[in-house]
Amino acid sequence: MKQFKGIPASPGIAAGPAFVYRPVELIVPSSPGVDAAIEWTRCQRAMAAAQQELAALRQRATSEFGEEEAAIFDAHQMIVSDPDLEEELRAELEAGACAEAAVEIVYARAIKTFQDMDDPFFRSRGMDFVDVRRRLLCLLLGIQDRSLAELDTPAIILAQDLMPSDTAQMNKAMVRGFCTAGGGPLSHTAILARNLGLPAVVGAGDGILGISSNTPSIVDGGEGILIVDAGEDVQAAYRERAAVTAGSVSAARAQAHAPAVTQDGHQVEIGANIGLPGEEADALQAGAEGIGLLRTEFLFVGRQTAPSEEEQFKAYLPIFEAMGDRPVIARTLDIGGDKPAPFLSVPHEDNPYLGWRAIRIGLSQPELLKTQLRALLRAGSGHNLKIMFPMIATIEEIEAARHLLDEARGELEARGQALAGLVEVGTMVEVPSAALMADHLATQVDFFSIGSNDLTQYTLAADRGNPAVAGLTDSLHPAVLRLVDQVIRSAHAAGIWVGLCGELAGDLTAIPVLLGLGLDEFSMGAAAIPGAKALIRRLSRSEAQSLAGEALSQPNARSVRELVQRWMSDRT
Amino acid sequence: MPEIKLIVRNKVGLHARPAVLFVQAAQRFQSEIRAIKDGKEGNAKSFKAVLGLAVNQNDEVVVRAEGPDAEQALSALAKLVEENFGEP
Repeated sequence: MKQFKGIPASPGIAAGPAFVYRPVELIVPSSPGVDAAIEWTRCQRAMAAAQQELAALRQRATSEFGEEEAAIFDAHQMIVSDPDLEEELRAELEAGACAEAAVEIVYARAIKTFQDMDDPFFRSRGMDFVDVRRRLLCLLLGIQDRSLAELDTPAIILAQDLMPSDTAQMNKAMVRGFCTAGGGPLSHTAILARNLGLPAVVGAGDGILGISSNTPSIVDGGEGILIVDAGEDVQAAYRERAAVTAGSVSAARAQAHAPAVTQDGHQVEIGANIGLPGEEADALQAGAEGIGLLRTEFLFVGRQTAPSEEEQFKAYLPIFEAMGDRPVIARTLDIGGDKPAPFLSVPHEDNPYLGWRAIRIGLSQPELLKTQLRALLRAGSGHNLKIMFPMIATIEEIEAARHLLDEARGELEARGQALAGLVEVGTMVEVPSAALMADHLATQVDFFSIGSNDLTQYTLAADRGNPAVAGLTDSLHPAVLRLVDQVIRSAHAAGIWVGLCGELAGDLTAIPVLLGLGLDEFSMGAAAIPGAKALIRRLSRSEAQSLAGEALSQPNARSVRELVQRWMSDRT
Repeated sequence: MPEIKLIVRNKVGLHARPAVLFVQAAQRFQSEIRAIKDGKEGNAKSFKAVLGLAVNQNDEVVVRAEGPDAEQALSALAKLVEENFGEP
């Protein structure tokens, strides 16, 4: 078994044989053109043929993928006939280049302009020029590339990156999921996969291109991992998870917008975890009452320069506008050695999970963190913004972070800018020291949000991304539950509320236990919300409390799961 | 040379569909049309140039036109932007 870690791009789980897409390599001749006029005629023929192909692809995309995807080809048609590019092509031909070389040079220049842009939305447009360049070169060189169109068995698509032209000709009926070596959460593959409701992982590294086609593969889009050659036990576990997600969603969707109130009248709050602009719409549709975790990494990963306050403000604003007065809990930048941001030039670390990451970066580069805080305070103006800091290990860190928040606020006030008034400030509890010191931390914040994924791996000292030890990292281990219990007790004693925003919050086996421990807010991927709400409505809080008490005294994670499953089957 | 100032209200700015519509509208006129943002200038009939200005929501764009139908071109582009590219 082998596991590849990438960036989660579209949630869900899919299994199937891998199909490794390797586009034909194009060799651009550097030979001089025969004659500028002849080369220009060749260019014009290729451009006319490209327009025809694009018109056909547009039509196909409209019926197969919808108007949004089809509109990409309008842009491609405009690129083919772009007057500025045409002028540059003619200049290269006049200078003696052949048609292929001219296309290569002119498009490479345009692509570079986009790659150098700060704004990720505009930067991602560079891919359209890469795509059009390939189309023109294929036409000039007389190459046809149809492997994705000829896909005839269900498969997980592995590729360096997929372009609109690749996906438009793909046989969609046979695609179960995607994993790309390159790309980010805003790449074409990521957006397309979300629109199609198919799981996808991006930025998984070139290692995935060494996988042979037909290797059994599992894509876990929510976690951002690709597993190949999994053992029968892992495959069975994933099949079960996939079935639970699919089943509960269809059954519970009708009731998704009703609150989560238990049989004995106790209400808990259900939020969504989102990590990309636009996902708030899915969250609302799924019945989220707020955003329990707004991951802000999409603005930072893979960047050569840090995003400006203005860029961040513009990225956050539509999320707040869509959520209206519902709470949005923004987590400040959670980057580090495991989520690389080139502009930080994090030195090589033997142990990135224990290294310079998250709040540790924010506190040592206060301007970086304050820029983000100012952008959040501005975007949250008139909305229900809450801010939380990741990976707090000590009370000094939360004091320092709060101090920076006060400074950011003061700077905006000095500029006379509109900003969010009352903002609840919280801390993530994901380091065991924070859980153990929760009574002290509770005096410094308005809420806690337990990050169960990291809390589990730090408590059990096992990297979730390492298949050799992944079996140790079950968040239902009593060691983790005891910490959760202690955090909730400390918080409630201090009069503050506690949420949980890890994978555990949407785990149907964990929900009765967390409810019994007294968790106030559950935040999960949008897809899990309807099922989680439906389950909570069937439970009684007092019964869940006894269950939680028993769970805390179990010897291991397996017996906790067995306990809950027996308890559940007695109730259905 | 006549010029107008436009504020792009669209959520995505001059990106995706709005950028296509803007360039298509400019291409209907004979006049030379330039779009300028923060001192950066480009051919309004070139999709590459318009995208390259990276116009975001609430950014101001100056549009200049020169030629026989300059006034008509400017009012058509102003209308497109003011009507938010036909979006609600």
